[in-house]
Amino acid sequence: MELLPTIWFIAIAVLWTGYLFLEGFDLGVGMLMKLFARNNTDRRVLLNTIGPVWDGNEVWLLTAGGATFAAFPRWYASLFSTLYLPLLLVLVALIFRAVAFEYRGKVDTERWRTVWDWAIALGSFVASFGVGAALALTTTGLPINANGDRQGGPFSWFNGYAVLGGLAVAAFALVHSLAFLALKTDGEVRHRARRWFVRLVPFALLPFLAWMVAVQLLSGKPWTWLLVVLGIVAAGAAWVLARQGSEGKAFGALGAFLVCGTASIFGAAFPVVIPSAVDPAFDLTVSNASSSAYTLGLMSVVAAIGLPLVIAYQAWTYWVFRRRVSAAHIPAAHGFLPAIAAKVLVDKGAPGAAGGASAGSGE
Amino acid sequence: MDALEIARWQFGITTVYHFMMVPLTIGLGLVVAVIQTLWYRTGKEEYLRMTKFWGKLFLINFIMGVATGIVQEFQFGMAWSEYSRFVGDVFGAPLALEALLAFFVESTFLGLWIFGWKQLKRGVHLACLWIAVVGSFLSAYFIIVANSWMQHPVGVQMVNGRPVMTDAWAVFTNNTALVAVPHTLFGALAVAGGFLLGIAWYHLWRRRHDGIDTVDADGRAVAGGANIPGRDKVDYKVWIRSLRIGAVVAMISFAGTAVTGDLQGKLMFQQQPMKMAAAEAACHDGTGFSVLSVGNLGSKNCNDIVAVIEVPGLLSFLAKGDFTTEVKGVNSLLDEYKAKYGTHVPNDPIYGDRAGQQIQYVPVMEVTYWGFRMMIGFGGLAAFAALLALWVTRKGVVPQSRWIMRLAVFGILAPFGANAAGWIFTEMGRQPFVVAPNPDASGIDQVFMFTAAAVSPGVSAGEIITSLVVLGSIYAVLLVVEVRLLVKYTRGGVVSAMPELAQAHESKKRDDDGTPGAPGEPGGTDDVLAFAY
Ligand code: HDD
Ligand code: HEM
Ligand code: HEM
Repeated sequence: MELLPTIWFIAIAVLWTGYLFLEGFDLGVGMLMKLFARNNTDRRVLLNTIGPVWDGNEVWLLTAGGATFAAFPRWYASLFSTLYLPLLLVLVALIFRAVAFEYRGKVDTERWRTVWDWAIALGSFVASFGVGAALALTTTGLPINANGDRQGGPFSWFNGYAVLGGLAVAAFALVHSLAFLALKTDGEVRHRARRWFVRLVPFALLPFLAWMVAVQLLSGKPWTWLLVVLGIVAAGAAWVLARQGSEGKAFGALGAFLVCGTASIFGAAFPVVIPSAVDPAFDLTVSNASSSAYTLGLMSVVAAIGLPLVIAYQAWTYWVFRRRVSAAHIPAAHGFLPAIAAKVLVDKGAPGAAGGASAGSGE
Repeated sequence: MDALEIARWQFGITTVYHFMMVPLTIGLGLVVAVIQTLWYRTGKEEYLRMTKFWGKLFLINFIMGVATGIVQEFQFGMAWSEYSRFVGDVFGAPLALEALLAFFVESTFLGLWIFGWKQLKRGVHLACLWIAVVGSFLSAYFIIVANSWMQHPVGVQMVNGRPVMTDAWAVFTNNTALVAVPHTLFGALAVAGGFLLGIAWYHLWRRRHDGIDTVDADGRAVAGGANIPGRDKVDYKVWIRSLRIGAVVAMISFAGTAVTGDLQGKLMFQQQPMKMAAAEAACHDGTGFSVLSVGNLGSKNCNDIVAVIEVPGLLSFLAKGDFTTEVKGVNSLLDEYKAKYGTHVPNDPIYGDRAGQQIQYVPVMEVTYWGFRMMIGFGGLAAFAALLALWVTRKGVVPQSRWIMRLAVFGILAPFGANAAGWIFTEMGRQPFVVAPNPDASGIDQVFMFTAAAVSPGVSAGEIITSLVVLGSIYAVLLVVEVRLLVKYTRGGVVSAMPELAQAHESKKRDDDGTPGAPGEPGGTDDVLAFAY
């Protein structure tokens, strides 16, 4: 096995793990906007826990995609073109979700907020489900021909693994976000999040576990089976720790579960990056899909400097915003006073006031 | 329409749309950072208010740049898989580096800036914005390096029919990119300049219209409004300074685009001569620059185009820096291209229906010719308007005319138009190549790719139509939402970004009345959230 492609396979597994870990909880918080939050204040508490960080988390996805393009162009090309429609759905979900975070609070009406709340909740669900499905399929097989192009119609890739992977990531994101909220909020939301976490963990991690085992059955190795076992231990620990009220440790244990999970999956799939469901001879592997050694070497140097930097300043961000958020911190929504109306309110009777009122009351 | 054409429409629409948000992000980001620095240095209230107000509009726009950018990143693999396989070894690297070195910086430090007003020391908080701005410049650099490689492939060797990177330095210092980056950045600043100018004009006009500001005997402004929340004398300063900054930025950036654009033109004559000839609708060799050409620009045989107004020698000056060198026209270039790259599309299944057809080397001339002129025209118009605005407002007042105000607001669109026109010209002028051949004597002139070979073979036209319709309609809806929010917050003036101005006023009034102030007002005891969604 060549060294550089192997390193890049590991790097991409790391990027996906980073993505699932970080964006995992903000996708989950997004879903909880409709499942968990009871009123507008709850929703704003939820939003403010992820406000400063969600965009940075999403860049892990872009980097995973970009690194795949650079290091394994054929992997990138086959995966993205084969899953055309599901990825379109993911894009739509991500677009709405991003815009919704920013625009939700910009108009102070119930209807406006409800629309964007749904955009966040559905967007988060669809995005996590879609990413999970795509990841599951790249580890279990896609109908690609010798050139790496899809055989069959727009849905010829569909099978049970897609559903399993989708459920796995969506459900993981959900419990991960509960652990996150227990850590990041205070007051009633914090305690409710912990209760929900304890109740849901035993079920919510099952699809992920099933995906792990499925990949082992296809191409497992002893050490990746061991990772599955470690993953189960970590999940159990998360549950026990949460019951004991150790929120930080529970969050960490769940993170360990994720790392064991992705490591066992990518480790088992290695060196194949997309098994072909048409003919194993068409499998894309780290050697036949990778870029030249020169490109990989260049990328390695840059990543060796860049990635630790990214981790450092992202960690710093979490440190800066480390304090717990609770309902008490949420300022009243301001239906802001348009300047032009303000003028009319205060300066009644001043020359031009009438004109100001008529032209300025657009919104 | 077949998959290829739909995919091209989709790429063009989504990218031009993305590039509506991008220049405002880049340009306004820099402007806000400068203004906040002025506040940091001087402590003057008006600079704080300017930072908050323009920062608000910046964020409303920024998020749309993020949302539409994700589509760009995925699109290459989804719709252009053959392209991705062909160029991945060299083209993927700048894209990956953009994410790793630029997007992370931008998004993380912008998050710190938005939410960190109280958590961070003033200097650190300001530094976060600067870092984010540098990130946006870096992202422009990396993506344009990628794009420039398609315009002018360098630093590669053909191995097994694919270009393989052999010289990263050459790729990252491609001379095409080194001039396109400053050109694009100046183009972005032009957008920010027009934006500041138009909106500030509106508010100055509004203040006069509402009778807040008056004019003294010399025609100078007398700012009023001492007791109106958010529209006091400081507010006047906010707008007049914004207007001046905007006008100056607009003029400088036009000069910048002109200088860098001239360099680009000279390069293009060497690197993509057909594009430049098509930009001129110049059929025959010559030295004159056409100010206006008529005839059937769409016709492919070029001979019925007549230059009505021509500036002798100017074309040679644009191309070579003198007034006499003959510049090759479309007709002679056509023969050269046919000799070098063939007359017919190879009979290879990757070309689909186009295999074996004649190759059309002349790009759509209506687009290149008018795209080039619209880019320069709109940019020049905006700069001229800025100069005029500076002169008209030299005494600190804007005219009372509602129509001039509307014109100033409408003028915000001109630099956007110039940018879109510039990209459409650059990208469509490159056709029929998606990777244009490099004609330099560097020995790599076999590195090129026809657009017809780039589209994903496994993806059906129906799928691409679906995505085009879905993305197109979402983009249309979101554009309406964004513009309405921008208008709403613009009309609201500074208080819309700083509700505390109005609240402070309210509570002062209540104190004066003897009623107690409301509890739990933001900015009070706890500082967990400096900014709240
Ligand atoms: C990294 C590469 C890259 C970059 C930075 C850009 N483009 Fe491009 N452009 C392409 C890569 C590309 C492409 C993949 O090569 C396309 C798709 C099909 C084609 O002909 O070229 C293309 C086509 C294309 C088209 C359609 C051309 C046609 O159908 O003939 C337009 C209008 C634009 N682009 C506009 C833009 C704008 C506004 C950009 C600024 C953001 C931009 N491009 C940046
Ligand atoms: C077709 C090529 C392009 C691709 C693949 C692309 C990709 C992206 C992506 C993925 C984002 C979102 C980043 C985020 O979530 O934070 C983005 C945003 C942005 N892009 Fe583009 N882009 C393209 C063209 C351009 C060009 C030509 C420029 C500059 C000249 C540019 C500059 C920016 C800027 C400033 C943002 C602002 C938001 C941000 O970075 O977060 N992009 N782009
Ligand atoms: C006298 C003024 C200008 C000249 C001579 C000029 C020249 C050029 C040339 C030759 C190109 C094509 C480069 C290529 O295809 O390789 C170009 C592209 C472009 N121009 Fe201009 N330009 C001018 C003004 C402007 C203005 C005012 C704007 C925007 C406000 C603008 C925005 C753009 C953009 C966005 C592109 C595409 C990206 C790029 O290749 O840099 N230009 N310009």
